[in-house]
Amino acid sequence: MAESQANPIKRPVLDGIVTEEEVARTETYWAIIMLGMLAMMMAIIVVTGMTNALHPPSNVETIDPTTLHRGGEFAESNLGTAVEPDGSVTARVIGEQYSFVPDCVRVPVDTPVKFRLTSADVVHGFLIPSTNINTMVVPGFIAEVRTTFTRSGEYWMPCDEFCGDGHHGMWARVNVVPKDQFPKLARTERTSCAK
Amino acid sequence: MQNSSRLSLSHYWVAFAVFLPAVLLGAWQMLMRSPLPAPLDDPNAYYTSVTLHGTAMAYVITTFFIMGFGYAVTATSLERPIIGVTAAWIGFVICLVGTLMAVVTILAGRASVLYTFYPPLLASVWYYLGTLLLVGGSMIWVVLMIINMMVWKRDNPGRPVPLAMFAIAATAMLWAWAASGVLLELVGLLLPRAFGWSTQIDAGLARTLFSVTLHAIVYFWLMPAYIAFYALAPEAAGGRLYSDTMGRLTFIMFLVFSIPVGMHHLFADPEYGSGFKFLQSFLTFFVALPTLLTVFSICASFEIAGRARGGRGLFGWIGALPWDEPMVLAVALSLVMLGLGGFGGLINMSYAMNSMIHNTSWVTAHFHLIFGGAVVIMYFAIAYEMWPRITGRPLRSKALARWQLWSWFWGMLITTIPWHITGLMGQPRRIAVFDYGEPFIARMGPLVIVSAVGGLILLISAVLLIVILLRSQFGERILGEPLRYALAVNPPARVPASLNGFALWNVIVLVLMLVAYGYPIGQFFILKSSVPAYEVTRQFGGAGGQ
Repeated sequence: MAESQANPIKRPVLDGIVTEEEVARTETYWAIIMLGMLAMMMAIIVVTGMTNALHPPSNVETIDPTTLHRGGEFAESNLGTAVEPDGSVTARVIGEQYSFVPDCVRVPVDTPVKFRLTSADVVHGFLIPSTNINTMVVPGFIAEVRTTFTRSGEYWMPCDEFCGDGHHGMWARVNVVPKDQFPKLARTERTSCAK
Repeated sequence: MQNSSRLSLSHYWVAFAVFLPAVLLGAWQMLMRSPLPAPLDDPNAYYTSVTLHGTAMAYVITTFFIMGFGYAVTATSLERPIIGVTAAWIGFVICLVGTLMAVVTILAGRASVLYTFYPPLLASVWYYLGTLLLVGGSMIWVVLMIINMMVWKRDNPGRPVPLAMFAIAATAMLWAWAASGVLLELVGLLLPRAFGWSTQIDAGLARTLFSVTLHAIVYFWLMPAYIAFYALAPEAAGGRLYSDTMGRLTFIMFLVFSIPVGMHHLFADPEYGSGFKFLQSFLTFFVALPTLLTVFSICASFEIAGRARGGRGLFGWIGALPWDEPMVLAVALSLVMLGLGGFGGLINMSYAMNSMIHNTSWVTAHFHLIFGGAVVIMYFAIAYEMWPRITGRPLRSKALARWQLWSWFWGMLITTIPWHITGLMGQPRRIAVFDYGEPFIARMGPLVIVSAVGGLILLISAVLLIVILLRSQFGERILGEPLRYALAVNPPARVPASLNGFALWNVIVLVLMLVAYGYPIGQFFILKSSVPAYEVTRQFGGAGGQ
């Protein structure tokens, strides 16, 4: 391509070549269309959020990370999967540099699962790809996320927040087993599948 | 450009001198995390590199470039010397010293906490001090932008502030509001802990304060691109700006709506209730509005230029535009990337949909497309527009500049489109090495290789940029034309006070900030959720509680 002359204008661009009224009219139309588009997106998000109860993890619960091991909800004996009276399961997991404890959680398929997580040290992330599970694990707080696994099998559970030089090694798993198999497993096999 | 020439050029050169090695780090990181072999195959070096790449791109390059741009715009749009040149040079030196402190500390492996800090990880005190000097030093620039506009208004009562000056003043105020979060985090939490004056850090509070900065800082980076859209591009295309008022409203909307929305980066955090998350998600929608309005205004301005150049018919004006002008080409490429990245952003800010992609490669792809693509390509175009004006030497050459812009555009698309896909597949971000032997990760391998190729194209493009700027700097001196800003089709004779200043808008920002952040920040003084800090050391697994 040849270098062009500086702005070789064929017709001069005069003041008011588009009238002020025309500018205001077209801009108003455009603004209304754009606001309508944004309002529609917002409405879809509100409606789907409400009807499907899709909320990000927002339980403001504090916990002292320095006393996790001394008992309470995140004592070692209490980690892993627990069956609730209503048949749902709760999985308690601690994130620490550079592993999840336990590093494999076993849960039944087609059953409501509640993950309760906290950190023993720095900020971690908790992601189960191909599910809606994705939360930060912030020391000092308990994160709670819920899902129902509809396919049995192995799911990866990587730490998805930078937590230090060993971050890339922080991969755990969820083992989702058929609903009828789960109660037949020994207690230790139910709470954890970590080897 | 009178007294501002050397000032602007010095700022620009710091920015671009840091830019090239920062792109090199990025390209290396792409190789590291791909199935391909990478030189210096060390995960620790990867996290050091990510910290340096982020710090350089997010704090150093942007701040220096925008400060230089601000000084140039002030002198040329007000058509008079800058007030406070000495203070500006002092600010330059402070920022430079801060940059050196931060960079040396990162390279020593004492600050691998990423540019977002992530307390309770604790870096060396020198890293925090360096960042404080860099961000704090830029506040001198903020004050100078505001003073220059105010003094001009005093000397020119009743006249509308030129749009470019109005916009750069909005940029300065936006940055002051945005930086308040990171400055408070540094001064109130990180430095006291790093010095040993406090024993603990409240990770939740630190994250909340940083979120005040984290979204608005992107709009700080974006503003020069929009100033070029409104004030430089229509002129480069040989036309007129469609509407001066829309420009003013756009910059005001950016100031008002880009700050009380940062919590949409923290949707997945457990330390706030869903109410505030929803409120900030709602407010975030408004920040899309100025961009959607700008697209119309710029296309209309280009249509005026295209028709003036003889373009006919519904689309004939598009072909009639001077596409050989780097500025015109860059605007088109920028808008394409802004469109793609923007729609990705609409998903990120959507309250519940964010769960699908939070902290996956999707997010990395989103902000590389918006900032690394749409914004940075306009930085290149601004440099190509200003270099001849500052140095008095012609750009060598426009053809090379077009190659550079196209290669950056394709490099960025080839890099980010695979990232979007691997993000949806569940690839977490900020991971040094993946085990491609695992079937779950192996299927991402080919996409990661494609994106690494994009990284190499970006590196070549960055080298080309430096070659063009150096060739232009040392070319034969000719008398350059002064920088001219686009005139509006209907130049405003007077504008209302609300569109000629920021007093009202700053009050609105304050109110919105109190509503959106008052309780979320205040709650930590009730929750008392401080935790011990973890110093970053160089031995793998050797970090321990203090």
